Amino acid sequence: MPEIKVTPLGAGQDVGRSCILVSIAGKNVMLDCGMHMGYNDDRRFPDFSYITQNGRLTDFLDCVIISHFHLDHCGALPYFSEMVGYDGPIYMTHPTKAICPILLEDYRKITVDKKGETNFFTSQMIKDCMKKVVAVHLHQTVQVDEELEIKAYYAGHVLGAAMFQIKVGCESVVYTGDYNMTPDRHLGAAWIDKCRPDLLITESTYATTIRDSKRCRERDFLKKVHETVERGGKVLIPVFALGRAQELCILLETFWERMNLKAPIYFSTGLTEKANHYYKLFITWTNQKIRKTFVQRNMFEFKHIKAFDRAFADNPGPMVVFATPGMLHAGQSLQIFRKWAGNEKNMVIMPGYCVQGTVGHKILSGQRKLEMEGRQILEVKMQVEYMSFSAHADAKGIMQLIRQAEPRNVLLVHGEAKKMEFLKQKIEQEFHVSCYMPANGETTTIFTNPSIPVDISLGLLKRETAIGLAPDVKKPKLMHGTLIMKDNSFRLVSPEQALKELGLAEHQLRFTCRVHIQDPRKEHETVLRVYNHLKGVLKDYSVQHLPDGSITVESILIQATAHSEDQGTKVLLVSWTYQDEELGSYLTSLLKKGLPPSTA
Amino acid sequence: MAAHLKKRVYEEFTKVVQQQHEDLSSKKLRLTKPSKSAALHVDLCKATSPADALQYLLQFARKPVEVESVEGVVRILLEHYYKENDASVRLKIASLLGLLSKTAGFSPDCIMDDAINTLQNEKSHQVLAQLLDTLLVIGTKLTENPSVRMRLVEVACKHLTDSSHGVRNKCLQLIGCLGPVEKGAAKEAESQAAKDVQKIIGDHFNDQDPRVRTAAIKAMLQLHERGLKLQQAIYSQACKLLADDYEQVRSAAVQLIWVLSQLYPESIVPIPSSNEEIRLVDDAFGKICHMVSDGSWVVRVQAAKLLGSMQQVSSHFLEQTLDKKLMSDLRRKRTAHERAKELYSSGEFSSGRKWGDDAPKEEIDTGAVNLIESGACGAFVHGLEDEMYEVRIAAVEALCMLAQSSPSFAEKCLDFLVDMFNDEIEEVRLQSIHTMRKISNNITLREDQLDTVLAVLEDSSRDIREALHELLCCTNVSTKEGIHLALVELLKNLTKYPTDRESIWKCLKFLGSRHPTLVLPLVPELLSTHPFFDTPEPDMDDPAYIAVLVLIFNAAKSCPTMPALFSDHTFRHYAYLRDSLSHLVPPLRLPGRKLVSSPVSPSITPHEDPSQQFLHQSLERVYNLQHLDPQGIQELLEFTIRDLQRLGELQSELAGMADFTATYLQCQLLLIKALQEKLWNVAAPLYLKQNALASAAAKQILEETYKMEFMYSGVESSQVVIIHHMRLQAKALQLIVTARTTRGVEPLFGMCEKFLQEVDSFQRCFISELPHMQGSFVDKLLDLMPRLVTSKPSEVVKILQTTLRQSTFLHLPLPEQLHRATANIIEPTGESDNPLRFTSGLVVALDVDATLEHVQDPQGTVKVQVLYPDGQAQIIHPKPADFRNPGPGRHRLITQVYLSHTAWTEPCQIEVRLLLAYNSNRSKASAKIPKSTWSESLEALPQSENGIEGTIPFSKPVKVYIMPKPARR
Repeated sequence: MPEIKVTPLGAGQDVGRSCILVSIAGKNVMLDCGMHMGYNDDRRFPDFSYITQNGRLTDFLDCVIISHFHLDHCGALPYFSEMVGYDGPIYMTHPTKAICPILLEDYRKITVDKKGETNFFTSQMIKDCMKKVVAVHLHQTVQVDEELEIKAYYAGHVLGAAMFQIKVGCESVVYTGDYNMTPDRHLGAAWIDKCRPDLLITESTYATTIRDSKRCRERDFLKKVHETVERGGKVLIPVFALGRAQELCILLETFWERMNLKAPIYFSTGLTEKANHYYKLFITWTNQKIRKTFVQRNMFEFKHIKAFDRAFADNPGPMVVFATPGMLHAGQSLQIFRKWAGNEKNMVIMPGYCVQGTVGHKILSGQRKLEMEGRQILEVKMQVEYMSFSAHADAKGIMQLIRQAEPRNVLLVHGEAKKMEFLKQKIEQEFHVSCYMPANGETTTIFTNPSIPVDISLGLLKRETAIGLAPDVKKPKLMHGTLIMKDNSFRLVSPEQALKELGLAEHQLRFTCRVHIQDPRKEHETVLRVYNHLKGVLKDYSVQHLPDGSITVESILIQATAHSEDQGTKVLLVSWTYQDEELGSYLTSLLKKGLPPSTA
Repeated sequence: MAAHLKKRVYEEFTKVVQQQHEDLSSKKLRLTKPSKSAALHVDLCKATSPADALQYLLQFARKPVEVESVEGVVRILLEHYYKENDASVRLKIASLLGLLSKTAGFSPDCIMDDAINTLQNEKSHQVLAQLLDTLLVIGTKLTENPSVRMRLVEVACKHLTDSSHGVRNKCLQLIGCLGPVEKGAAKEAESQAAKDVQKIIGDHFNDQDPRVRTAAIKAMLQLHERGLKLQQAIYSQACKLLADDYEQVRSAAVQLIWVLSQLYPESIVPIPSSNEEIRLVDDAFGKICHMVSDGSWVVRVQAAKLLGSMQQVSSHFLEQTLDKKLMSDLRRKRTAHERAKELYSSGEFSSGRKWGDDAPKEEIDTGAVNLIESGACGAFVHGLEDEMYEVRIAAVEALCMLAQSSPSFAEKCLDFLVDMFNDEIEEVRLQSIHTMRKISNNITLREDQLDTVLAVLEDSSRDIREALHELLCCTNVSTKEGIHLALVELLKNLTKYPTDRESIWKCLKFLGSRHPTLVLPLVPELLSTHPFFDTPEPDMDDPAYIAVLVLIFNAAKSCPTMPALFSDHTFRHYAYLRDSLSHLVPPLRLPGRKLVSSPVSPSITPHEDPSQQFLHQSLERVYNLQHLDPQGIQELLEFTIRDLQRLGELQSELAGMADFTATYLQCQLLLIKALQEKLWNVAAPLYLKQNALASAAAKQILEETYKMEFMYSGVESSQVVIIHHMRLQAKALQLIVTARTTRGVEPLFGMCEKFLQEVDSFQRCFISELPHMQGSFVDKLLDLMPRLVTSKPSEVVKILQTTLRQSTFLHLPLPEQLHRATANIIEPTGESDNPLRFTSGLVVALDVDATLEHVQDPQGTVKVQVLYPDGQAQIIHPKPADFRNPGPGRHRLITQVYLSHTAWTEPCQIEVRLLLAYNSNRSKASAKIPKSTWSESLEALPQSENGIEGTIPFSKPVKVYIMPKPARR
């Protein structure tokens, strides 16, 4: 029984360090290669030694696919390809390929330069690694080798995020990466066709959440910003460089445009600025509105949003500033926060989750006095708001995707075990498909029942369809033919052709049967009686009386001879080829019943 | 028959051969038109290869074919069809057959047999499909003939088993378009092959080809449209199709389900996997709701649109569409809407400023959560959040329709509509504001909702703001804080966008008159009066202050206690505003001041309205007194015209009618004056003067008639005929004047001929009206027509003069409703003393804002004219997008006019006005006459004469001060 094996090296009942091994029809594919944010030791990268202890990874893996540029999906890539050693192809979409190295470089800088770690990958390694990357377009079918093909679908989430279909022959797996089923201000919703894969590997971050409409949140956000700006206050929005920052920028930009507001908006230079260039470039990956209006104006060429300079923070009057990092733990956002915290007119909006211990977490949990370094006490008078903008599909979204793709099995990754449990139960209940949720290092085996394509010769097909009625949809149909299995291919041809091709002589198989009939009359009279009887019964067949005293029904021959001992008993010899088995056996049984009492 | 036809073809053919041989030798051959069919035949015979033949056919297809030669051409084509081996040529021939049988006036029943015969031997699937298409064309032309239809349907059924999808597609289409609809026809045909059409089509619902499945559903829908009652049994089949792999199938299936739900709303269907049963319409509603989250946006749009028209759905199903059970970590969470509502009802004001404000509370039973509901759950929530704005718009429209029929649903969907005010696409925002306005009589806005609504007032798009003003005009507000909030926001809007003045005032007018009791407690605050101290008198020209006063005065109309709160200057301001902005300030019963007699007492119902009676009486008077002495008639007419004009000024609803008749009488008066006998009898030297008078009169009458025809909406053909008649008289007058003044006969020849042609065309156009015109000018003229045609111009003139004098004047019947097109330029106001300065040679953009009333098709007719002081005039055609349609009969033109001129030494005024362009070709008369009767005659008429284009100025000119400066070097 053919099978698909899935082993998560990361992201199995866990968030972070996404790395899933799939072996399908003899091909081994690695999906994503991420790092874990929670660890600083060896655990931050997946354990590649699971794949092979000694020997190069290239021999064991056919390809690596990266779904999007978040570090928990691509962070371990240079380590994997350069330090562990992998030379095979790495597939990702164009925007991912463009943005990924920026983030990797940033990650490297923080770990090596700030934390002073050694034995980490270098800039050169990132460059070398990116050389191995093959970029793919949406819906482009890429032939990795002769049998393995992959295809990318739009996934929303962040710019360039994609879901991948991996297909070998008739078996296929779809890996979603992270995706979003509701569109936001800059990206569309994930979409997949009814590809009916054998297995769907889906993320399940929000397995137990059904979210409210995005509009309320957006409206709230805009209202808060607007009110503060009208009061003359300053708004600080700590963000991470990519993804949410752009969405919020677009949101504010369009709002400013609509409402004709004049207060300046700034975003911190550096990473965000660099990333904005790529957003400008990859317009086709954004949502409907941006795609349609970019001819007049590219939405990412912000009119109201300018680059931030440190000196601006002391400017009087209202302003809005996007600053990195998002959790207020260091850097520019913290500096600005310290400057503005004392004024109750000002406001800080946290657009995302904050890890415990960060300033962001403290102020969100209501702390009003913060102890900064040097025993300094900072009193927070400014307003603190929390707005969650997250781009993962919620439980309904996950179900919707499953409904769209119609998979035969579902496998959950990238989520917490407890939440997965709930979703798993729901999926099994509503779609009646089996659902798996392996932990890291645990292998799940799924048995598939692939259909095997067989080439049929046109002549045979036409002949067979001519016999029966018009081909009926999706109903099995019986046909006669010869299956030739040769050179790894299957062909269905007519028997004659098969014989010819294989150089075999045709053998005839005949069945003969003797039937005894009590009939005192002469032989030819008996024959005549039999003939009349058959003619009466078998109206649809051609029954012939040949001059040599035998009867043929189609190709079945019937001869009568008198019994050598008992002249009153006639022996009917019935002979047919095996093709006519049905008719032949029917005839014998008919004759065995005897002839009707003669009238003639 | 066929033999006879064949002969005819050959006859045609031989004629042309003759022509080719003898070419120019014989003159009589000019009479026979070169036959199309023959030429084609020759061409096709010449063709050596299929490619050649195809080229000839393509060329042939570009030219039109006359009705008479269609049949011949068809025969030739068929003949070649049988001979042709190449499938592409046969395909083209088949398509040509279809094209030809569409020719107007040609009855294709004669070629049907041949077309069916060709089907028999055809091998190529493409050609077969094309032939069936041709048969469809033939069938649609012969729908009255049931036997033909039966036959075609039979043919189609026979080919349904074809292996090509194209052929099956066409067959189904044919059955859908021609299949028997009436019960009787089906019974009669039972003996034949065509049995139950529905069953035949239904069998193809699970064809292997998606295109055929789609065609089958479409055919079914076609049958429904033609009046066949579909069987309920199809419903379950259609439901299965909703899960089809192909979007076009699903899209069509959604339609079919909708149709069935409208046909059998009350039947009961079982719910699969349970014992319960529900109404079919509810089931269908649930299924269509499900399709709102389909993978293909085409289907989503389709589904969202159809939801709106399913009005019989039970209310609990309906309300589910707005319900999406939120949860977070398996705990039930309230939506932001619910929280807002709760906050509001608990009296607490601030919104959630704490993290975890939306923290989930109660635990949810995991078993009870249903992630994919089979029902309608959250369909609209999904639709309104959709990625494609097409879907969102469709969802908003559907919400609107459903909310209009169900007040409770309207209440529920309010939050969602308010949310849509923040959509990223302006069209969606606008649509949701309009929707809200339409359902506003069912709802009352909560304060927090009002807050969100009002936030949109700062939108930079004028359309959005104005739509919102319209919305506020008809919203119900629940509290006095709400009114205050609205006023504050509107004033903010006013300072930000001063151009919105008019619209904001109007909005406050309605807001005040709808909520008098809510305004009452706000009055002291709004007027900033103080119980002990006198406050300074506000500036009367401040638009914001006027806005406040408009609100208060309108509220005071139905709240008699309010004036007691006014201070002295308020009363003065009232008097001023009542005069200057009478449309915004209602008459008030103020203490110590008697109410100025109200011009209209509302108790009188319109049909016993004395002014209307007056109108009719004065008209009667004019029409009855026909044989008074000319002096008397003139005086009477003058008086009546004066009366009517005054009446129009007083009574706005009769203005159109009064003006119209006054104009008509004015024409009549001018005509009578011009024809006065003594003028014509004066000696030659004095001739010039009277000539000037008469020709001026003729000219004016012509102008007035165009005004009458094109400036009024609601003019019917009975009026058009009178107007045209008047115009004819004016033309006759013109002819007479020219005949008198010009020497020589040559130019008169042409004019006479032209005039006679006009009489002729008048007769053709209004043949049905002629009996009503006894004794009129044209009646007499037509009697004399044979004489006129043969006589010399001088005689014609003489006859015309006498008939013109003797003819009686026609009674102008009045239509039910008559409105004069009016335009009012709001901007530029023409008050500015600051000249618009710009460098000469460059352009300056002038914003023009105007309201148009009772203008039909403003996009095509309204133009802006700019008159420069040097007499130079410029006509600008506004873009179609510059016209908005805020209400029935009303239009709004907001456009920019580009001005430019060479340098001036000092500023000067230019005039801007609106023009109404007309073209007598598009006159109402020609539109009214059915086409078949006179389409030929129209062609015969010389076009140039018929198409007189011109413009009527219909707005007061506005002066704009401009100053082109010389360019600095």
